[in-house]
Amino acid sequence: MEHIRTTKVEQVKLLDRFSTSNKSLTGTLYLTATHLLFIDSHQKETWILHHHIALVEKLALTTSGCPLVIQCKNFRIVHFIVPRERDCHDIYNSLLQLSKQAKYEDLYAFSYNPKQNDSERLRGWQLIDLAEEYKRMGVPNSNWQLSDANREYKICETYPRELYVPRIASKPIIVGSSKFRSKGRFPVLSYYHEHKEAAICRCSQPLSGFSARCLEDEHLLQAISKANPVNRYMYVMDTRPKLNAMANRAAGKGYENEDNYSNIRFQFVGIENIHVMRSSLQKLLEVNGTKGLSVSDFYSGLESSGWLRHIKAVMDAAIFLAKAITVESASVLVHCSDGWDRTSQVCSLGSLLLDSYYRTIKGFMVLIEKDWISFGHKFSERCGHLDGDPKEVSPVFTQFLECVWHLTEQFPQAFEFNEAFLLQIHEHIHSCQFGNFLGNCQKEREELKFWRNMYHQFDRTLHPRQSVFNIITNMNEQNKQLEKDIKDLESKIKQCKNKPTDGILTKELIHSVHPESPTLKTSLCFKEQTLLPVNHALRTIEGSNPADNRYSEYAEEFSKSEPGVVSLEYGVARMTC
Amino acid sequence: MEFSDLIRTGRAQAKLLRGPEAPPLRGTLCLTGHHLLLSPGPQATSELWLLLLRSVDSIEKRVASDSGTITLRCKDLRVLQLEIEGVEASLDIARSIEALSSLESVITSFPFFYRPKGLRLGDAWHFHPPERYYKRVARETNAWRLSEVNEDFSVCPSYPRAVIVPRSVDDGALARSARFRQGGRFPVLSYHHAPSGTVLVRSSQPLTGPQKRRCAEDEELLRAVLLGARPGARGFIVDTRSSQAAKQARMTGGGTEAKAAYPGWKRLHRPLERGQPLQESFVRLVEACGDLQQSTDSWLRRLEGCCWLAHVKEALSTACLAAQGMEREGACILVHGAEGTDSTLLVTSLAQLILDPLSRTMAGFQELVEREWIQAGHPFQLRCAHSAFSHARSKHEAPTFLLFLDCVWQLGRQFPLSLEFGEGLLLALFEHAYASPFGTFLCNSEKERCLCEVRTRTHSLWSGLNQPKERRKLRNPLYAPNPLAIWPSVELQSLRLWQGLFLRWIRPPEPSEVAWEKVWQIVTDKEKTKLSQPTVSASEPQL
Repeated sequence: MEHIRTTKVEQVKLLDRFSTSNKSLTGTLYLTATHLLFIDSHQKETWILHHHIALVEKLALTTSGCPLVIQCKNFRIVHFIVPRERDCHDIYNSLLQLSKQAKYEDLYAFSYNPKQNDSERLRGWQLIDLAEEYKRMGVPNSNWQLSDANREYKICETYPRELYVPRIASKPIIVGSSKFRSKGRFPVLSYYHEHKEAAICRCSQPLSGFSARCLEDEHLLQAISKANPVNRYMYVMDTRPKLNAMANRAAGKGYENEDNYSNIRFQFVGIENIHVMRSSLQKLLEVNGTKGLSVSDFYSGLESSGWLRHIKAVMDAAIFLAKAITVESASVLVHCSDGWDRTSQVCSLGSLLLDSYYRTIKGFMVLIEKDWISFGHKFSERCGHLDGDPKEVSPVFTQFLECVWHLTEQFPQAFEFNEAFLLQIHEHIHSCQFGNFLGNCQKEREELKFWRNMYHQFDRTLHPRQSVFNIITNMNEQNKQLEKDIKDLESKIKQCKNKPTDGILTKELIHSVHPESPTLKTSLCFKEQTLLPVNHALRTIEGSNPADNRYSEYAEEFSKSEPGVVSLEYGVARMTC
Repeated sequence: MEFSDLIRTGRAQAKLLRGPEAPPLRGTLCLTGHHLLLSPGPQATSELWLLLLRSVDSIEKRVASDSGTITLRCKDLRVLQLEIEGVEASLDIARSIEALSSLESVITSFPFFYRPKGLRLGDAWHFHPPERYYKRVARETNAWRLSEVNEDFSVCPSYPRAVIVPRSVDDGALARSARFRQGGRFPVLSYHHAPSGTVLVRSSQPLTGPQKRRCAEDEELLRAVLLGARPGARGFIVDTRSSQAAKQARMTGGGTEAKAAYPGWKRLHRPLERGQPLQESFVRLVEACGDLQQSTDSWLRRLEGCCWLAHVKEALSTACLAAQGMEREGACILVHGAEGTDSTLLVTSLAQLILDPLSRTMAGFQELVEREWIQAGHPFQLRCAHSAFSHARSKHEAPTFLLFLDCVWQLGRQFPLSLEFGEGLLLALFEHAYASPFGTFLCNSEKERCLCEVRTRTHSLWSGLNQPKERRKLRNPLYAPNPLAIWPSVELQSLRLWQGLFLRWIRPPEPSEVAWEKVWQIVTDKEKTKLSQPTVSASEPQL
């Protein structure tokens, strides 16, 4: 709280970045310990979590006040105009302090209290049990076993405690192999395809340099390929571009030499590194944030950002992986440099393609928990949770979510979850509201055709959309409710038919039902209650949901018709509508 | 001339490849005057495959030692391959298809022979004439009347018999105003916006010429438009050409309205692409979509290079401008370009869709297409003679109507609950505009259609589409009437490639179709439960 000097500023204007008429909402800005809150004259609230703030800028003073631009990690950009410079300066300084915390203990998750008791909290953490998940895949079995080598995080700090390895790989082999792999991340099981008896394994790059070998590592790879009774050869996918992998050799790292390993087929896939991805996203956001672009600017901007090319590279790699398993029944070992960014992307996306379980809500959470959280994707560094090295920030997980989104677009019926779920996850990897994504690995934790709805979900003038999803969900729920009611009523009627002796006349029947069946009445009332709000939602779907609330906004925009008239008269009318 | 003269070989053994998704089909190929048939032979269970020859856009033949391959590129952007046994037979069939698919004569075309079961001739032909729309206008305002000055098509050959004009202007003045407008297309009512009392009027360019001629009756006509709306109303003339192009048009006798001659009217220039460049944009887009061996970057570059989405954006924003002028500024709008048969209709019809909730219903949209495109004299036969694949290019072809459908699709994507019809109707209209067994899109104007007796001798597409079995394909299950104007976003970030059309034959359609089917199921379930609900509530008062 010591950072907050001003808690409330009145007469602040909120600008819409895509509106050309400089329309603005006037309201009051509140600063709390965790959120920045703006309430406009229609009592509509805009909440911005401090942890979501990526950048705060104070622009040059104008006649109407001091502009304050806030860029968020969930791609929201807000543009405030604060009437007095001193207020603006106070808020700016407070936000600078509040948005970058130095210690984990200061993050929102440690103060967030959703009125749960300890057992409920514990249950939340036990929701996902990875041992259960490996059992579902069919391990341990005759070829794969649980290794206790990393029980105390002795071999590899960034791996989880429980690791599954081939049954014939002994502990010395594992230890030897881990010494030959960057950060000790030796080859372990990520996904086992029970039907094809093939496995997805993951590791980091070998410390091969120009000529170094490691017999234990060679043995371990052989053990993996032997663990597959169907196919003797295995694929080794290096997800880096070949050039990057070669360059690593000069630093004593590199990639597997096909001559030293028997039965491997080596393959580069060419996904770029975190720095390329970071600047690519930066360019994409610049293009997306510009209003009034011409077609050539927009598409050449999109192209030069390379974002879609990178998304495609990740997808291609996952497809290659899935094909190797389903078509050839071959096991695949995936690695990149450290095996926690590109490897996580490819392994998890490949598993998603192979296994329909991961396309359910629970399964998707399990997948993230397994391939990302437990195997040490550095969420805190990649998302910039703490004030740290900006070069470690990269949208690797965002890319994974976008790839999944592309799949949901192409296979709308294959997924139990929808865009909103993915957006919610994306929101929370940055929010630090829950503990799941804090920290960089399990040990430390013992403490997106490009996805427009994500990059534009806060620009209301740009996405005038009625929500198909809401309406369908409403209908579906309403159907279920009605059907249940019908069943209830039918069973009641049947019951009653048996009771009165002259149960032929329906009128009398129901008369006789009424006094002695309170359940019937409550179910009827219940039905009315559930029906009303749904119908209401149907009728006013555009007006009622603030996210879709466009028309009233437009009414304001046009009724202040000055800019409209001017532009019409000069014949250069530029419109956002 | 008989069709049999053009058919060199009537039948041959062939294998048909229908793209990467569908399995190949083997059987006997038959050629008739209007169709290509493939009968799979007695042992197969699959049905007869049929292609309207009129829908073949280009044909390419290659011969090997004992067989030939014919590639048929259709106007609905499908690509088919026929492998035919025998070199001679394949060449003959190719030549016959070539000749039969490019027949010029209207009255020997298939619609004059098509007699489907369950439809009666002349059924839906009186469905949407301007008279019907006038009834609606007459209920809303008294300032307009139905004029039959064009009864014999002598005043304007491309207008229908009846047009809606200001009540205070008599037929003689209309005829004189027509002489001052290119092709006789004098200003007529396109849409009356009842909430604001303003109107949308369309015409062709005035023939001012280099001498800057004037026409008193034309000036009077536009003054009457403003007076009819409300005293002191302003007007905007939306010229769909650049001011440069409009000035140049003077040299060839055309031009624009002079400011001094039309008090109360202001001119705006919103250049829209038309004709040749639009056709080329379409061709390049289809080429880019058909190339499956390209990198992400080159795909984006080609998407950008073809400029199709830029045309969509321009068309939508000009329509928004017209709609905004009416609804927000309370001004009357006159739209014209040069001939007033292409971009003019694009703007007026889109503006109505934005403003008018009735035109967003199934019947209302069909009426809009009939009134603003077919009756208003969009030369479908010239514009839609060839689609994106043909090498034989005449300068008349342009996918203006397709551009309109694309804009409607963008509206539907941004407002998925506000249109009563779905993508299926738009796809059907695209297909039928280019090649159809129905007579609706035949000929270039009402006059030609009368000469060919289209109305009495062919079936109307509307009666074909309004059959109950088409319902699921064409309707939007999520439609909820929305009385407001729908203002689309025209930022490029919000516009998308119409995959359902441009990638229709390239990517597998199943998943999205299955999802659509599911939506239908949920909605019909809802209707069912709703139906059962009254029986429950009927018993409620008795409780």
